[in-house]
Amino acid sequence: MRSETRHEQFEVPSVLGNFLRKLHIDIPLFLGLILTSTLSMIILYSAGSQDMDVLTRQVSRVGLAFGLMIVLAHVDPYQFKRYATILFGIGIILLFAVLIMGRISMGAQRWLDLGVFRFQPSEMIKLTTPMMVAWYLAEYSMPPKAKQLLIASILILLPTLLIAKQPDLGTALLVASSGAGVLFFAGLSWWIMLGIVAFIGALTPIIWHFLHGYQRDRVLTFLNPEADPLGRGYHIIQSKIAIGSGGVYGKGWLGSTQSELEFLPESSTDFIFAVFAEEFGLLGCLGLLTLYLLIIARCLYIASQTQDTFSRLLASSLAFTFFVYVFVNIGMVIGVLPVVGVPLPLISYGGTSIVTLLSGFGILMSIHTHKKFR
Amino acid sequence: MPNMYAIKDHSLEKNLFTKRIVAAFIVISLLTTGLIVRLVYLQIVGHEHYSLLAKDNSIKIVPLVPTRGMIYDRHGKVLAENTTSYSLEVIPEQVTNLDDTLHRLQVLLDVSDEELEQYQKLRKRQKRFVSTPLLLSLNDEQLAKFAVARPYFPGVDIHRQLVRHYPYGDLAAHVVGYVGRINESEMKELPIAEYRGSSHIGKLGIELSYEHDLHGKTGYAEIETNVQARLLNTLNEVNPEPGSNLYLTLDIDLQKTAYDALGGFNGSVVAIDIKTGGVLVFVSRPGFDPNPFVVGISNDNYEALQSNENQPLYNRALRGLYPPGSTVKPFVALAGLEYEAITPEQKLFCPGYYQLPGVTHKYRDWKKGGHGSVSMNQAITESCDVYFYRLAATLGIDNMVSFMQKFGFGEKTGIDLVGEKSGLLPTREWKREKKNQAWYPGETLITGIGQGYLQVTPIQLAKATAALANQGKVITPFLVDKVVSAKGSHPGSELSYYNISVKTDNVNAVIAGMVNVVHSARGTAKGINKNINYQIAGKTGTAQVLGIKQNAKYNENNIDFKYRDHALFVSFAPVDDPKIAVVVIAENGGHGGSVAAPIAGQVIKQYLEENYEK
Repeated sequence: MRSETRHEQFEVPSVLGNFLRKLHIDIPLFLGLILTSTLSMIILYSAGSQDMDVLTRQVSRVGLAFGLMIVLAHVDPYQFKRYATILFGIGIILLFAVLIMGRISMGAQRWLDLGVFRFQPSEMIKLTTPMMVAWYLAEYSMPPKAKQLLIASILILLPTLLIAKQPDLGTALLVASSGAGVLFFAGLSWWIMLGIVAFIGALTPIIWHFLHGYQRDRVLTFLNPEADPLGRGYHIIQSKIAIGSGGVYGKGWLGSTQSELEFLPESSTDFIFAVFAEEFGLLGCLGLLTLYLLIIARCLYIASQTQDTFSRLLASSLAFTFFVYVFVNIGMVIGVLPVVGVPLPLISYGGTSIVTLLSGFGILMSIHTHKKFR
Repeated sequence: MPNMYAIKDHSLEKNLFTKRIVAAFIVISLLTTGLIVRLVYLQIVGHEHYSLLAKDNSIKIVPLVPTRGMIYDRHGKVLAENTTSYSLEVIPEQVTNLDDTLHRLQVLLDVSDEELEQYQKLRKRQKRFVSTPLLLSLNDEQLAKFAVARPYFPGVDIHRQLVRHYPYGDLAAHVVGYVGRINESEMKELPIAEYRGSSHIGKLGIELSYEHDLHGKTGYAEIETNVQARLLNTLNEVNPEPGSNLYLTLDIDLQKTAYDALGGFNGSVVAIDIKTGGVLVFVSRPGFDPNPFVVGISNDNYEALQSNENQPLYNRALRGLYPPGSTVKPFVALAGLEYEAITPEQKLFCPGYYQLPGVTHKYRDWKKGGHGSVSMNQAITESCDVYFYRLAATLGIDNMVSFMQKFGFGEKTGIDLVGEKSGLLPTREWKREKKNQAWYPGETLITGIGQGYLQVTPIQLAKATAALANQGKVITPFLVDKVVSAKGSHPGSELSYYNISVKTDNVNAVIAGMVNVVHSARGTAKGINKNINYQIAGKTGTAQVLGIKQNAKYNENNIDFKYRDHALFVSFAPVDDPKIAVVVIAENGGHGGSVAAPIAGQVIKQYLEENYEK
């Protein structure tokens, strides 16, 4: 019995360690998240022009998100399965509501004003979509067959298209990949995946037709940033200069000159990685990527330890989505992917993404810490 | 085989899943390696290249800010221009001892504490290597002093820039408006690329409503600079397109005449070209000097303007709400004729008051003994209240309101300025909704003489008067005549109008009354018919500021100035071929005939002499 505990968990012989375990917290994951969030504060201080207000606001948001994570870690994973359909249904209804309200106010709208705070249904759906798909597939044996694949695809495409219509391409992409992640881990045949990639390739001209003007601009700018140096291409040109000038060792903390002087835009939100890379150099970037990989590895490990199909699919999909987050953001900042509005997870300034992310980790912790007590 | 899948094979599933986890980790690692390869390429291979770019030592993209368009009056006189100004800017990073430097600058150039505080605030928002202005416009003395002392102030420099200037100051501030620094909330709304490098944006008046035309299109240059940021070479340049010049319909000389004629009174004068709808005069007095707003008005001065009891910042012509008083009588009279509630010849008796059946309250005429038996012409000429009480009672509020609405009362005129008020044309529904009360018959009576709930803006009254002179053609007034850019010119706003179906005879009967207001011996504005070779049609009005109790007597001399009645006058001329409509409102002026009418007379005279008698 004793050896099993040792195998399962980190050796934290302190009172704090026991306390955290009682809180249903997975200590390695928790440490990784705390480390990343601390890094976030350090870099935000520099990117946000050393404004303490920005920092205190972010600290309170992160604190709130951590609180929510701990609460979710306490929920029995069985409850996620039980309420998956209802939560997903509510999310879809809210997405429709947002779309209709947006129609009324004649513009892009992503949130519902609940008086006290603004609520983005698209954030909630990032978690409930993989939950829903996992719930559906868990009823059948793996790998899923054609009929199940079709229904799962509909379950994924419905929220994705609703969000793409808002229009919020970045979030739509994340929702789609969270659902696709479930299918992948459910054992979707490699041939089918290849087929889907080919299909999407063939579909590209049609998707192009439906893109908004500014979304097309983004893709075009991505292909040729120099064409519009004052407008769309500006982000990419400036972030490449910032990152490249950082070199191997970086210019040191608070040493970023590009972020403000040459107006690197959105330097504390979507483009914060450029500031990070400029100040901490290639070594810093490698460190950050390692940190991210460790978090992902721990999440995949958690997924591999699960005993039932639902938990397995949900946990692995959450880990996968987290990686997509990282990859899409860094990819866009270093100029290998188009500029879509995806923040750098756990680092970028802003409350909505961090609340969703940490909720996801809360679910992972719940999955991991509850199975032992069964 | 299908049976095998029907029962879950847990170990097989577990096996499959573990494979997928491994596969996922391999894919993730490969993609991450891809990112790392790209980072290595940027940060090691490209490091030197990007460092050069970063260090100002090579190519930099700078926005080329377009010159803002000028604003001219109808005769080409400059209302808004761009003048050169010199600002003093500090780069904190290049200053060895900032506090000491700032202190020495304060002594040398007489910098106020407030300006210093402003600078400190601005500086904290910027990075240390950003040049931040300490003084926005240096005067000649400061310029000379600093030029001599410059070697002692490393990191401090003089910058030349174009600053918006309004040569006519307070005279046209409410029309032209002003530009000011772009604030944070505006920044969020603006197209970033278009406003990169721009510091100012239209905040009020034409500057605001025609911001898009005035701003122009930002260009950019790729320039090569050395470490001191000195320009070495321009590689590629896309020139900015300067903003369009605006030509207003406003006549600034006429504006000045009207402004001066108002003298000590607060109020408004609006004149409209009846043929086109172009606004010739748009006075709101007192005005304010818009120039301090461009460079950033000090808090004290702004406070003083805001708390000034004459409210100089309030655009009376556009937003001032006044009871129109007797100036509505021509419109009520026309409503009476159109609804066939009365004929022009039909006489009504005026004993000096009017009582509704079964009510003791006496609705009084301004003339104590009454006007006797009066026709419509006489009623308008002498501004008989009782005639219009009776007419209003016959018409009823519904007919009266729906007729006046056609002339634009109770609605925004649609002039090309932002912030217009719609005034108030009271209806039964309005009162039910706002006051939760039924409409009383007495309220119909006082609406008929332009009192009660009825409220109009000066521009509304001018539009309606022009429409009357135009036989029911209601034209949307506008200020910008032409927008002229390098590519060509186009009209400022679309000419828009509609026609009210009114009988020419009826309109002429009303106008005949208005002519007598000015040209007959009994007319309330007969003072202005001297030395003119054309006819003016007009109507005086007096708007009560203070309610007078029943049986009490209004005595001008006993009442505080600010409670004295507003004096109004609506007019157009020449009657045989109407060209200009003029509305005057002199707040607390007392009598329309003696105070407001002469101002209109002066404006009409100058306009007709200058434009049609040469």
